[in-house]
Amino acid sequence: MAEQNVKPLSLSPLWAWRRSPWKTPDFVLRLISPLVILCLWELASRAGLIPARIIAAPSAIAETLWTLIASGELGRHLLTSLQRAGLGLFIGVSIGTAAALVAGLSRRGEILLDSPMQMLRTIPSLALVPLFILWFGIGEFTKVALIVMGTTFPVYLNLFAGIRNIDPKLIEAAQTLGLTRRELIWHVILPGALPSFFVGLRYSLGISWLALVFVEQINTSAGLGYLASDARDFMRTDVIVICLLIYSLLGLLIDGIIRVLERFALAWRPSFIRN
Amino acid sequence: MTQRLSSPAEPAVRLRQVVRQFGPNRVIDGLDLDIAPGEFVALLGASGSGKTTLLRALAGLDRLDGGHLAVPEVRAAVFQEPRLMPWKKAWRNVALGVRAPNAKELAIQALTEVGLSHRLNAYPATLSGGEAQRVALARGLVREPKLLLLDEPFAALDALTRIRMHRLIIDLWQAHTPAVLLVTHDVDEAILLADRIIVLKEGRIAEAASVPLARPRDSSQAGFQALRKHLLSLLGVQVTAVAPETSASHALQEAAIEHAELRRVANG
Ligand SMILES: Nc1ncnc2c1ncn2[C@@H]1O[C@H](COP(=O)(O)OP(=O)(O)OP(=O)(O)O)[C@@H](O)[C@H]1O
Ligand SMILES: [Mg+2]
Repeated sequence: MAEQNVKPLSLSPLWAWRRSPWKTPDFVLRLISPLVILCLWELASRAGLIPARIIAAPSAIAETLWTLIASGELGRHLLTSLQRAGLGLFIGVSIGTAAALVAGLSRRGEILLDSPMQMLRTIPSLALVPLFILWFGIGEFTKVALIVMGTTFPVYLNLFAGIRNIDPKLIEAAQTLGLTRRELIWHVILPGALPSFFVGLRYSLGISWLALVFVEQINTSAGLGYLASDARDFMRTDVIVICLLIYSLLGLLIDGIIRVLERFALAWRPSFIRN
Repeated sequence: MTQRLSSPAEPAVRLRQVVRQFGPNRVIDGLDLDIAPGEFVALLGASGSGKTTLLRALAGLDRLDGGHLAVPEVRAAVFQEPRLMPWKKAWRNVALGVRAPNAKELAIQALTEVGLSHRLNAYPATLSGGEAQRVALARGLVREPKLLLLDEPFAALDALTRIRMHRLIIDLWQAHTPAVLLVTHDVDEAILLADRIIVLKEGRIAEAASVPLARPRDSSQAGFQALRKHLLSLLGVQVTAVAPETSASHALQEAAIEHAELRRVANG
């Protein structure tokens, strides 16, 4: 029994030491299977097994990507899309945050705001498209307004719940310390609700992206969604794949940004302290 | 109904005919209590006898339904859980609500006093239970309270840490001289620490016993065991008849009950 316990313990450092000079990093290993798939895909395209109107060959996609970048066309569309999403998100998150603070921090605010917000949130924002087009036309305003509609509620709901679910014991502790209401909000309620705010923000970012894909298919002359729908009309599967790639890359990027923000703002959380 | 006391000649705490009820359930029912400035009082009572309710009223966290309550303006409370803000470092937790311009300095001083000068910048999640409770103590003491309310502050700690905390609390009490009201389930703890022990029963004070033992105390002191026995029998631990001390069988029975009580305390 004792022997069994000791052996691996004493051997493992030796083993690790011997192995380490040859050890390939994890991310390289992870790249192997995608690369194999890519090669198979290329071969199949070349052999004519996959026609270009189903999906273009990786090499063709890379070539198109390069021309789109070189001509500045991709940059222009991307910038337009980012501006739309950014503006809609900014307004939506601002409204959601403000409403959650008003409803969360005061009884009167809750009575005033919460039930209309709860009713509005049940409407899928994309179902508002016909109404918005009638009201605001098919211009930029409608597109941004739809993104605003989609991004307001996740932030509102999560932040409101976060504010209301603060541990009542902490609020009591603040009371015994003689904090004023302003101090209570600043030192206890807001920092305590911050994790919930980030949950809402994550959702909102995802939704802004999704809404963007959709709204850019309605009467646009710029933006990633336009690029994709234009490509569809000309059966340019290579361009469509490029658009998909960019959507997913930006999704990853945004996730990374949120992660950094959380690490900074929620440094006190046990999960971050460990690292 | 709440009145602030200022004159040093008056008691630090005065309660007269205090009533608190939840629906028809009168938890505190016509309770009278005085605590002198700088006096250390331990409050014993069965579970659900209203100790926490009384303490919350004294801390200003709960209202009264009747009677008269006078407490010092500056009070501090420490509960079973440390109740620290997880997003604030230890010293910021201590400095929270301190209005002095040198709040940081005071906080560091208070943390040094509880032996945590090396953990000033630690987040509560990284503190051990005993450390967190000491931060909570420092947070209470930094405002120099005239009344310190402690609701089972050591209940969640291991036995060794608890012994250290007993010493610490006595040192702090002697240095700062607040009146202390300590709620506890541990009869030994009450005898070790308090000037006076009161037992809460049916919403009133059923017994008030002053502890005549010299400090520093330990359980081998003469009179310790007798007092302990007396308090245990008062604490709803059913002794079939009031024990005549001569009866050997009774002493045995009492010992068994004590043992059961001890185990309960240890497990709870
Ligand atoms: N907010 C409340 N609403 C209704 N009943 C309550 C409330 N708070 C306390 N009580 C009741 O009052 C009684 C006394 O409670 P309290 O918490 O003061 O007991 P305790 O002496 O501190 O008990 P323990 O030793 O278990 O902590 C209990 O019966 C409890 O159910
Ligand atoms: Mg209690």
